[in-house]
Amino acid sequence: MKILVMCGNGLGSSFMMELNVKKAIKELGVEAEVSHTDLTTAKSIEADIYIGAKDIMDNFKKEGNIVGLENIISVSEIKEKLAKFL
Amino acid sequence: MLNVIMTDILGNPAILIGLFALVGLLIQKKDVSEIISGTLKTVMGFIILGAGAGVIVKSLESFGVMFDFAFGIQGVIPNNEAVVAVAQKTLGTETAMIMLLGMITNIIIARYTKFKYIFLTGHHTLFMACLISAILSVSGISGVTMVVLGSVLLGTLMVLSPAMMQKFTEEVTGTDEIALGHFGSFGYLLSAWVGKIAGDKSSSTETIKVPKKLSFLRDTSVSMALTMTLLYFIVSLFAGKEFIETTLSGGSNFMVYSFTQAIEFAVGVYIVLAGVRMLIAEIVPAFKGIADKVVPNAKPALDCPTVFPFAPNAVIIGFLFSFIAGVISIFLLPLFGLSVIVPGLIPHFFCGATAGVYGNATGGKRGAIIGSFIHGIAISFLPAILLPMLSILGFSGTTFGDADFGVVGITLGNLARISPMVVIASIITLACVPFILSIKKPGAEAVTK
Repeated sequence: MKILVMCGNGLGSSFMMELNVKKAIKELGVEAEVSHTDLTTAKSIEADIYIGAKDIMDNFKKEGNIVGLENIISVSEIKEKLAKFL
Repeated sequence: MLNVIMTDILGNPAILIGLFALVGLLIQKKDVSEIISGTLKTVMGFIILGAGAGVIVKSLESFGVMFDFAFGIQGVIPNNEAVVAVAQKTLGTETAMIMLLGMITNIIIARYTKFKYIFLTGHHTLFMACLISAILSVSGISGVTMVVLGSVLLGTLMVLSPAMMQKFTEEVTGTDEIALGHFGSFGYLLSAWVGKIAGDKSSSTETIKVPKKLSFLRDTSVSMALTMTLLYFIVSLFAGKEFIETTLSGGSNFMVYSFTQAIEFAVGVYIVLAGVRMLIAEIVPAFKGIADKVVPNAKPALDCPTVFPFAPNAVIIGFLFSFIAGVISIFLLPLFGLSVIVPGLIPHFFCGATAGVYGNATGGKRGAIIGSFIHGIAISFLPAILLPMLSILGFSGTTFGDADFGVVGITLGNLARISPMVVIASIITLACVPFILSIKKPGAEAVTK
C-alpha cells in the first residue's frame, strides 16, 4: 500500500499532511508507505491513494483513489476519509 | 587527520547535514534500512541544491543581459531557492550549522518561555539561516561567533514570527492550537493591520463567487514556467531580435531561445526544490519528535497554505492584488534609484494569498484587497533594498522574495554599518524578549506586539 501526499510546492503543507497521515494510519492500525511531493511530480508517481487539499485534488486526475481534504491539518478527517480505501 | 575532520568533513555542508540526519535517525531508533536511506537522501538533497543553482544562474545571467540592454536598468527576479542554492558555494557550512542550532534554540525558547511555537516550515528555516549567514558575514562577523549569534537569532525569529501573528491567526482559523510558521509574517501583519483600519470585517470575501480556475497556479512548476516564459518574451521583444541572436543565442531564433531559457529557469527551481525536499525530509521529523518530547503543549507553526482553506476566495483576491501591486512597483522602483524587482508568481501567489486571508479576517473584502495590495508593494521594495546587502554572494541576479527576509536582512545590515558590536547587542536583546515577556503576570499578554 502506497500513499502519496501532495501540495503546490511539495515542501511545507504536504509534509505536514504526511506526518498527519502517518499518525492516522498508525491509529487505524494499517501499514503503508507514505511520502510527499509537488503536483507535477505526483502525476508521474504510482500510488494507491493520493491525498491533498480539496481545491487541488478537484483538479487532479489520475488512476487510483483520490482524497481531497477540507481541513489539511485535521487528523480525524484524514482518518475518516482514508478508512474508506484501506 | 584533524584537518580532514575539521575542513573536509565538518567543513563540507553536505556531509555535516548528513551527519545530523544520521544522529536524528539514531535518536529516533529507526531501522538500519531507514537510517541508511535517510542519511544518504539528506546528503543527496544538499548536493542537488548545488546542481540546480548552476542551471538557475545560467538562465538568470542571460535574462539579466537582455533586461539591461532593453531597459538600461538592472532587473532582478526574487527567488529564495536561487539565492540559497548560489550561497551554498560560499556559506554552505555556516548556513547548515545555523539552521540546525537555530532549531535547537527554538526548542529551548519554547521549553522555557510561554511562547510554545515550534517552527516546522523547514525550507524557510533553511532560507533564513542562509540570509543570516550572508548578512553577518558582510558585517565582518565570522566563524564560531557567526554560528552562535546566527542560531540565536534564527531560533528567536522562529518563535517570535508565529507569536506576533497569533492573534490574527486565531481570527483566521478560530483556534489557538496551531500557528503560522512562515517568514512572510511582516507582510501578513501589515495586511492584517491595514485590513483592520481600512476594512469592514462583516463583509467577508467568502460571500462572493469567484471562479476557482486559478488553482492550477498552485502547481509551482506550471506557474514558474508560465511566468518566466511571459517575462522572457516581453523582455526579449524589447531587447530585440538582432541583439539576442548576435550576442546570446548564437544565431538561433530569439523567441525560441527565450522560451528555452525560461524553461531552464523553471527547471533549475524544480531541481532545487527537489533538493530542499530531500534535505528537510529527515531533519524536520527529528526536530518535531524532539520538540514533542521536550516541550509540553508545543504549538506547531505551519506553512502558509495551511490558512488557505479558511478563506479560498481571499486566496485568489490576495494573489491578484498583490501581483498588481508588484507590476505597479516595476515603475515605482527606479524612481527611488532601486533595481527593478520583476514580480514573480510564486511569492505573490503564496504570500499575496496569505496576506489576503489575513486582510479578510480583520477587514473583510476591502481588507483583503487593500491589505494584499500593500503587501505586494512591500514585497517589491523590501527585496530591492535588500539586494545590495547580499553582495557577499558575488551574484546580483536574484534576491529573497518574502517579507521577513527583507525586514531582517535590512535591519541587520544597517545595524552592521554602525558596528558589529551593535549587531551582537541587538541579537542578544531580541533573544531576551520571549524570556522577559514570560516573566510578566497574566493580563500583560498584549505586549507581544
